[in-house]
Formats: sequence, structure tokens, C-alpha cells
Amino acid sequence: MVNIEMETCRLTDYADLESYRANLQAKKTENKVITICCGTGCLAYGASKIGQSFKDEIKNQGLEGTVSVKFTGCQGFCERGPLVVIRPENILYQRVKPEDVSRIVTETIRNDLILDDLLYTIPSTNEKVRCEEDVPFYKKQLRLVFGTNGYIDPTSLDDYIQAGGYQALNKVLSSMSPDEVVDEIKISGLRGRGGGGFATGAKWEITREAPGELKYVICNCDEGDPGAFMDRSLMEGNPHSIIEGMVIAAYAVGARQGYIYIRNEYPVALKNSEIAIKKAEEKGLLGKNILGTGFDFSIKISRGGGAFVCGESTALMASIEGRTGEPRANYIHTSEKGLWERPTLLNNVETLANIPLIINKGAEWFYGIGTGNSKGTKIFSLVGKVHNTGLIEVPMGITLREIIYEIGGGIPGGKKFKAVQTGGPSGGCLPEEKLDLSVDFDELSRAGSMMGSGAMIVMDEDNCMVDIARYFLSFLEEESCGKCVPCREGLKRMRQILDRIIEGKGQDEDIELLIDLSESLTMGALCGLGGSAGNPVLSTIRHFKDEYVAHIQEKRCPAGVCKPLIRYYIVEANCNGCSLCIKECPADAISFQGKKQPVKLDQDKCTKCGACYDICRLNAVEVK
Amino acid sequence: MVTLTINGREFSGASGQTLLNIAQKAGIDIPTLCHSHAVSDYGACRVCLVEVEKRNRKRLVTACLYPIEEGLKVATDSERVIKVRKTIIELLLARAPDSNDIKELATKYGIEASRFRDVTETSNDNCILCGLCNRVCAEVVGVDAISLVNRGTRREVALPFYDETNDCIACGACSYICPTKAIQMKDTKEIRTMIWPNSKADFKMQQCESCGVHYAPVKQLEYIALKSGLSVSEFNNCPDCRH
Ligand code: SF4
Ligand code: SF4
Ligand code: SF4
Ligand code: SF4
Ligand code: FES
Ligand code: FES
Repeated sequence: MVNIEMETCRLTDYADLESYRANLQAKKTENKVITICCGTGCLAYGASKIGQSFKDEIKNQGLEGTVSVKFTGCQGFCERGPLVVIRPENILYQRVKPEDVSRIVTETIRNDLILDDLLYTIPSTNEKVRCEEDVPFYKKQLRLVFGTNGYIDPTSLDDYIQAGGYQALNKVLSSMSPDEVVDEIKISGLRGRGGGGFATGAKWEITREAPGELKYVICNCDEGDPGAFMDRSLMEGNPHSIIEGMVIAAYAVGARQGYIYIRNEYPVALKNSEIAIKKAEEKGLLGKNILGTGFDFSIKISRGGGAFVCGESTALMASIEGRTGEPRANYIHTSEKGLWERPTLLNNVETLANIPLIINKGAEWFYGIGTGNSKGTKIFSLVGKVHNTGLIEVPMGITLREIIYEIGGGIPGGKKFKAVQTGGPSGGCLPEEKLDLSVDFDELSRAGSMMGSGAMIVMDEDNCMVDIARYFLSFLEEESCGKCVPCREGLKRMRQILDRIIEGKGQDEDIELLIDLSESLTMGALCGLGGSAGNPVLSTIRHFKDEYVAHIQEKRCPAGVCKPLIRYYIVEANCNGCSLCIKECPADAISFQGKKQPVKLDQDKCTKCGACYDICRLNAVEVK
Repeated sequence: MVTLTINGREFSGASGQTLLNIAQKAGIDIPTLCHSHAVSDYGACRVCLVEVEKRNRKRLVTACLYPIEEGLKVATDSERVIKVRKTIIELLLARAPDSNDIKELATKYGIEASRFRDVTETSNDNCILCGLCNRVCAEVVGVDAISLVNRGTRREVALPFYDETNDCIACGACSYICPTKAIQMKDTKEIRTMIWPNSKADFKMQQCESCGVHYAPVKQLEYIALKSGLSVSEFNNCPDCRH
């Protein structure tokens, strides 16, 4: 049985941690675990109520001790939440409602009966899938970093230790010199997951070699890309893996103080990381004299206000120091002169979460996953016009097609794929010809896009690429700190030029003007935000120039999106005068012309709301 | 000593100096708008961009911030430099069309009119947000009375919180340093008015007890008294009447 003393004692050496782990494993009495995802997405669908109902139900049915209920972090398939997985069989129930709880316990837990209505259905075949790993969304994934989320309670250090946690730290502190750790990371080929893709080992080495007694390690959890939430999900779901990564990094570079920079909009991540820090300190895995080795390293949490530019390294450090989160020129790398002018190692959440894996399984193992210069896996947030959206972890080198069609399940509504935007707001849009591109740092940037933090937005034929470029640009314009001219003034002008193109007032020289401005941004901006802000425009001009030309020269929006350029009209041959559209039109723009006669649409009255187009069953309304 | 080449000629300087330091000493012309030897460098205007080559990689950097490095090859007017610099000047010209300095710079680079003339201008106060005024105020005058408020395109020079009660001592340093004359200082007999791009404040002038002339802002004299330890009454007379 559990010894309460045991729970709170400090671990004072390597053997201590291992016997503690063995003890935890030995005391396990349950033979089934019901995991309820309590990540931000599933919570929004009511997961916490379901979790409580499960606890009550297990008690009422007298199953305590043999069945345990566990609240886990995000498992990526948030769209289908709340998710409930019954382990060890890994039966996945999706969109679970509170009223389903008692029958799940009675049928599935007690009688091993599957509840078909709660299973995931493959849209194309209507086939029901029983196990988590057979759901197409998960099948092609390789969830090395993210997978543990589904098995542990992020607020429980014991859970993490049972799953093999802090083993890497143990190994490092007991048998590796800091130089050996740096070498291991260098050999692994790991590159920063936050955006730049800088070689992690090299960064560690620079920080290690930088002169100075005081050094810092910062974990960047300031994810600002709209739609991207992998860092949040990791920090919420498995905070100890990040802490373990940070302690290893600190040992390697010689730092004694660390910061986790989290945006205020991430309350669960803030809470879970605070709990994790406290528990790790109590256990002697963080703080003074870690595992009795004499190595000290503590972590403070720094809250960010949520400005996109604060993800930029110098701005982030300014913000931790209590100054305005504004970038400064970094001709001297922050690894040498960062926080308070001291050598500072800044790694993002996902990068750090990879560290324990590399140490445990070895650099060669890690190097064996992925392609060319991109090793390991990458977490993407897949959103937009695909059947399955959510967070996915895939090996580097997978193709865009596999991601979109196999994991994502293809484009809904029988529509045609048009583009995928990778790399967040300052990434680029790639066309159909690039679908077989291998997804890695180098291939993406060669194609005019980037890995960025891993946002992936799928677009179909109904998206207008000029409109899309304008959307991302105006996001960046909003988020620019405003310090330097090419970014502040350049983005404003680019947005204004796109505005006029969309209004049908585009001029012949506009494309060239946009290219000039993008280039002056890329080459002349002070920080990385501005430096990549031209991508959405450059990549859409590169791959979808015809759409720009149509807008500018023919005053036409091929996708039928840009209101000033489109016109709804009746295809007389198809219209039988059914009048459905007449009832639907809010502007009284359509008039009845007699039975079996095509209706008439008055362009002057039409407000281009699209209602008639949506309602017509005979394809008699078209837009061009 | 660090040795480097600029436009093919060899130069050397003490480490820690910037490319701009070296170039200016050598008489090589690099335009600047947000740099002043009186205040710390900031890197905002980007007109001082030059091209550096290191390990066969070329990139554009700001001369005012880039510390010299051994063996660095610098080009101050390569094709890329000129192209990007011109676009930046054009952007500035569209923002501050009435500024003589900007117009001169534009003419020098052969820009007749900004290609952005057709797009509607939102702010036309000639301020290019170079940040010289707030830096001189904080670093030289030592009062930190004005700042660059807001982010992005909404950024502007103003009194903190746009509050009229402020720390300004009406010394006028900001007005003198401003490259586009976007800050005005107007003296009527008893009042000095400071007009910044987005704020404005009046200051009482000290009147000389002997000749009656209004010779300096009261707050400035109080500030000098405070800093120097002199008594305020030392300033009852204007400099002429003190002798
Ligand atoms: S590039 Fe943009 S965000 Fe970066 S410093 Fe310049 S204005 Fe600020
Ligand atoms: S687009 Fe809207 S306003 Fe125009 S005709 Fe159709 S329903 Fe009426
Ligand atoms: S006039 Fe006021 S704002 Fe300007 S430098 Fe002097 S004290 Fe600062
Ligand atoms: S007011 Fe003048 S000195 Fe101040 S930021 Fe604007 S242009 Fe620069
Ligand atoms: S929050 Fe439950 S799967 Fe993401
Ligand atoms: S003078 Fe160098 S950036 Fe302004």
C-alpha cells in the first residue's frame, strides 16, 4: 500500500528516484483507467462535468480501486471533444455527454461492451473505429512528445515519474558531463521548434561557452500564432517534461536560474506549470541540490501580456526584465548577451520537451527519425478546410498530402484543395503542386514558406488568395511593435495596396510594389516578425499570381470572395422559377417573372449576401 | 584593434565601435535619421543599412548598431543596399511629405515622388517615429517627459497617458534634435508652448526682476536649481541683469 511519508519525501540521490519509481509501479492496483481529456478544448465542451460524473459513477458502482479515473491534458483531437479513452484497450469515445457516463461504466467497463454511437465514424466510409490508434487522425502520427499527454495527469508528479519521468535527468546528472550533454544534443540534430529552426545543440554550445558566471535558461511559451496551440497543450498536459528539459539544459549550459514565459491567456498552462514546479521542488528534482548532486537550478514563471511580438527573443527578454516588449537589434546573439545582458538560452516548449526523449533513447535514435537536416517529429496544428482538425505530431519528412488527406481526412464538401498555409501568419501559402513536398525546415523554406511554430491552415477553392494575403498581413500590421520603418510603414502600405486591389482599384504596378515592399521588409526589418512578414504576400504572388492579375486587370475575384468584384446572376437555363431565392433575398433584388420562367436578379439592389446562391437547388445562381 | 574593409578599402578601429563610427570618421557617407552621438542607438529608421559579408554570407545590417568585426567586408552602397534604402526613404516620404530633410534625402536618391502617394495618408504630422526626442529627453535632459506610446501603426510621440500635467521642463531639446521638425516650441511673452505630434502643453516663463524680460521657463529653472543645488532665487534675474 502507499506510504504517505513516501509521497512527500525528497529524493536525495539517483537510486532513490529509481526505487521511488519502482514503488509507484508496484502499488498500482487498478486494471482499467478511464482518461478524460481536460485540455482547454475539451474543457470548453464540458469535460470537467463528465470527469466528475465518472468519479461519482465509479464510486456508486463500487469500482474504486480497480478502475481509476484520470484527467489528462490535450490529445490533439479537440474538435471531437470531450474525449474519453478507456485503457489499456484504448477504446476512444468522442463527443461524450454527461448522460453517457453511467452507460459507459455499466456497459464498457463492467461488461466489455462497445457503445457504437460514441465511436468515431470515418466520414467517407461510415466505418466505426474502436481504438484510438486506429482512428485515421492518429494512425499516421508519431506521437513521441505529445503522446504521453493522454496517459498522465499533468498535476501529478507521480504519474510522470511512473511514465519514466526524470529518468533522463537522472542519467545526465549521474553519468554525463555538461559537454557530453551538449554533444548529445548536437549529434541528435534537434532544431528549435519555435520558428527559426536554429540548431539546438549549437545554441547550447554558444551559451555554454559564453563567458560569465550568471546564465539563464528561458522556456518560451508565448505562442502567438492564431490557431496554434501546441505549446499550450504541452505545457498544460505534460509540464514536467518541459521542466525536465530545462533542468538538463541548465546543467549543460551552466545556468542556475530559469524562466518560463507564459502568456496570461493560458490560465491552465500557468496553473499546471506552477503546480509542477512546486512538486518538483518538493521532491528535490528542482531548486537547491538537485537529486543530492549539489547542482542548483530554480524556475520562475513570467507572465506575458500576449503581444505577438513578445515571442521574438529580444522582445521576450525585455518583457521579462520589466521593460516594454520591444525587439532590439540582436547582432550580438542572446546566447551571449541576453536577459540582463547575461548569456541566455532561449528554447521553446516543444524543443525542451524533446530533450528527455533524446537523452533517454539516445541521439542516434533521434537522428534516425526524419529527413535531411530535419530530425525527429514536429507538432502541427491542422486547421481549416479538412475533415479532421487538431494537433498532430508527425515525423519530419511526411508529405503535405499525407497530412491533409490521411490525417486530416481530406477536404469536406467535395471541394477542391487550393492551398495550405504553413508557418503561422508570416508563413507562406503552398499550392497543389507542392502537396508532395516533404515537410521539413529546408523544403518548406525553399518553397517560400516556413516551418514556423507549426500552424497549418488548409484552404479550398472557395478561398481567395488575395483576400488571404490581406488577412494575414493585417494581423501582422496589428501586431507589429511599430519600432522600425519597413515593418510599421511597409505593412501599412502593403495592406492599403491589397485593399485597393480587393476593391477593384488595383493598378498594374501594384504587384511589383508589393514585391518591393516585401523585400525591403525581409532585408531591412529589425526583428524576425518584420523579417518574415512579407511571406504571405510573396508566396501568394509566387504561386497564385493569376488571382492577383484577375483582380487587377479583369476586376474579377476568381474564388468569388471579394465582394466589390463579384456579381451574382441567374443562369436562366437552369432556373425553373421556383422562387426559393426570392423568399431568401433580404434586399428584394430578385423578382418573379411567371411560372416556369427564370427569375430576374436586379444588380443594383443586390447586396451580394450570397443567400440565393446557397439556397438554390438547381445551380441556377452563379457568382463570378 | 579590429581590421575590416569598407567598399574595398581597409580600415581599423577599436573593438566595440560601430560600422557607422568608422565610416563617419573615414568620410564615407551613410545616411542616418535616428542616430545621434548624444544618445544611445536605437535602430529604427533603417536608412543606415549596409551590406556585410561574413563566411560568404551577405546580409543587410544597420551601420549604427553593428559592432565592427575582424575581417568583415562591408559595402555601403551595393545594389541591394540602395534598393532597400530607397524603398524605406519612399515610405518615409509618404509619411512626412513636408519634411525638408526627408525631401532632400529623397532627391539625393533620385526619388521624385513616393509611389505610395495614392494611398490615403492617416497621420501627417511629419513625425517619423525615430525616437530621438524621447531618448534625448530621458538620456540627456534626464526627465523622461515624452514617450512613444502604443504599438504598430498607432504608435506616436506623446506625453505619457496624454496627460497635460507632466514632467516636461520645456527645455526644447526634443524640438532641436527632431530631424523632421515635428516638435514645435512657441514663445509668447509669458508662455512657452511645447507642441509634440500628439500632445501640447503650456509653460510659464520666468520674468527678470530687474529688466522685466521673460527669459526661461520656470520649470526649467527649478530643474536646474534642483540638479545644481542652487537656490531658486538665484534665477530671479536674467543672465544679463545678474552681472
Ligand atoms: S520588424 Fe516590426 S515588430 Fe520587429 S522591431 Fe521592427 S516594427 Fe517592431
Ligand atoms: S446575393 Fe443576396 S442580395 Fe443579392 S440577389 Fe442573392 S439573395 Fe439577394
Ligand atoms: S522640452 Fe520637455 S519633452 Fe522636450 S526634451 Fe525638454 S523636457 Fe523633454
Ligand atoms: S517627433 Fe521628431 S524626434 Fe520625435 S520621434 Fe518624431 S520625428 Fe523623431
Ligand atoms: S483538449 Fe481534449 S483533445 Fe485537445
Ligand atoms: S540611423 Fe541606424 S537605424 Fe536609424
